[in-house]
Amino acid sequence: MTDNPHISVQNLNLYYGANHALKNISINIPDKKVTSFIGPSGCGKTTLLKTFNRLHDSLTDVRVEGKVLVDGENIYDKGIEVTHIRKKMGLLSQRPFPLPMSIFDNIAYGPRIHGTRNKKQLQVIVEQQLRDVALWDEVKDRLYSPAVRLSIGQQQRLCLARGLAVSPEIILGDEPTSALDPKSTQKIEELFLQLKEKYTIILVTHILRQARRMSDFIVFVFNGEIIEFGPTEELLLNPKEELTKDYVKGFLS
Amino acid sequence: MSVSLRIIKDKIAGRTMLVLTVLSVLLAVLIGAGLYLRSAPLLESHSIWKLLFSSEWKPMKGEFGFFPYIMGTLWVTAIAILIALPLCLLCGIYIHEYAHHRIQKVIVPFVDLLSGIPPVVFGVWGVLVIVPLIADHIAPHFVEFSTGYSVLAGGIVLAIMIFPLIISILLEVFGTVPKELKDASLSLGATQWQTVKHVLLKRSLPGIIAAAVLAISRAFGETIAVLMVCGNVADVPHSIFDAGYPLPALIANNYGEMLSVPMYDSALLFSALILFVIIFLFNAVSRYVLSRIEKKYA
Ligand SMILES: Nc1ncnc2c1ncn2[C@@H]1O[C@H](COP(=O)(O)OP(=O)(O)OP(=O)(O)O)[C@@H](O)[C@H]1O
Ligand SMILES: [Mg+2]
Repeated sequence: MTDNPHISVQNLNLYYGANHALKNISINIPDKKVTSFIGPSGCGKTTLLKTFNRLHDSLTDVRVEGKVLVDGENIYDKGIEVTHIRKKMGLLSQRPFPLPMSIFDNIAYGPRIHGTRNKKQLQVIVEQQLRDVALWDEVKDRLYSPAVRLSIGQQQRLCLARGLAVSPEIILGDEPTSALDPKSTQKIEELFLQLKEKYTIILVTHILRQARRMSDFIVFVFNGEIIEFGPTEELLLNPKEELTKDYVKGFLS
Repeated sequence: MSVSLRIIKDKIAGRTMLVLTVLSVLLAVLIGAGLYLRSAPLLESHSIWKLLFSSEWKPMKGEFGFFPYIMGTLWVTAIAILIALPLCLLCGIYIHEYAHHRIQKVIVPFVDLLSGIPPVVFGVWGVLVIVPLIADHIAPHFVEFSTGYSVLAGGIVLAIMIFPLIISILLEVFGTVPKELKDASLSLGATQWQTVKHVLLKRSLPGIIAAAVLAISRAFGETIAVLMVCGNVADVPHSIFDAGYPLPALIANNYGEMLSVPMYDSALLFSALILFVIIFLFNAVSRYVLSRIEKKYA
């Protein structure tokens, strides 16, 4: 682990109204590795993931205390410019949400809002990103048709490409394969494994096998707390905490 | 036994609803047919072309040109929607996307309250506030003279009356845009406003159009408030400061009077028929446009 990781969480607490959803979270996310968040439903995995790019901002009644340092900068400082923090992270949600526009425009959306106007340049970016997610051959003849007409699996890859088009450093995946068929799931997993060369990846997953296949580190979250954090094999095969043991028990047998 | 009973109940419920639905459709057809029958004498003795596009309105001489009234209606409605729609959009976006939820809780009931105010109150307010405002402060910048009783006054009053309708539909429409979709845009580093422009508004476009259509349909028929501030002069308006005489005002002002004049009754019902047809055509066209737009992105 490096001394200055992309993401470092320090004493983070989050409240939804009276519900104390994240309790005193501290963790350094390893750079250029895949880190998986596992834990039972409702334990706060999604919530934790979203604190990294401040997607809670648009909710009312959410209170955040503590620090999340992204490249050394506390993103919860007053006066921080939140768009440039978000640009550093690509987000993949449980279900794909293509923007209401064409395939081309979906990918070009990020670069455009950040000032790329040149048509040629945009075309290069779009093609490159679509190739990177192995979607180019499937969509190259219908770049200008609405993105919602793609299959769910294709949409998810499109969303990944869309996120990569703003050149992030970090990829946040919130159960990105939970709505996909096995084939599409496999494609996404392969992509993630390729991407970890260049990106720091955080993956929320319910599937322990997926966590094992994909990740270098696992974080076990329970009831808003981080119970255990360690290298994948170690945590799954040789958990230190009782709670972790209980949770991964099924996996071991 | 109980099984067959619940099936009978189901059938009765189904039939009842069918009958009621058919009745309500039938009602529209009946009204249309009734209007047509009552205006038939006029249609038989005058060319439809002349009725619609002539500006000669001399009932005593048997000349009925509805063009000024049609134009009055169109002017007032167009002004109203041109004022109301942009303002409502900004207002709706603010309430839905920017306002703190405590502010939302205060504003939304207020907007609803506005829709409960009787039209005649808006009319009085128009006479007391809008008409003098136009006569003394707005019109002098543009024209030599205006009494203030004008299609602009009608449009403004009408715009305010359709505000609540448009806003409440817009809020409903904005509410159907998934948070995750907006998050997708935000997570790419888009600002709130960029997200509103490219995601919220784009996704809501069919709903926005539907809101406008409903509001316009309502505006076409609004009578009392408009009649009080429009001036009711049977000339084709040439500027927003000219007086106008919309169709509903024509009917409301004259029905029950002057019916001894030959054809007058027929003429008033014909104006109702015109209104009916305008609204019908307008709805048909906008439905078509909507379906085209929906197809484009679904
Ligand atoms: N928008 C919200 N408003 C209020 N409470 C919320 C909100 N989102 C989540 N919560 C609460 O916060 C807690 C953590 O939720 P979160 O969605 O982070 O769980 P999760 O670990 O992602 O669960 P899952 O595996 O089912 O996705 C839950 O108790 C949930 O009810
Ligand atoms: Mg979740």
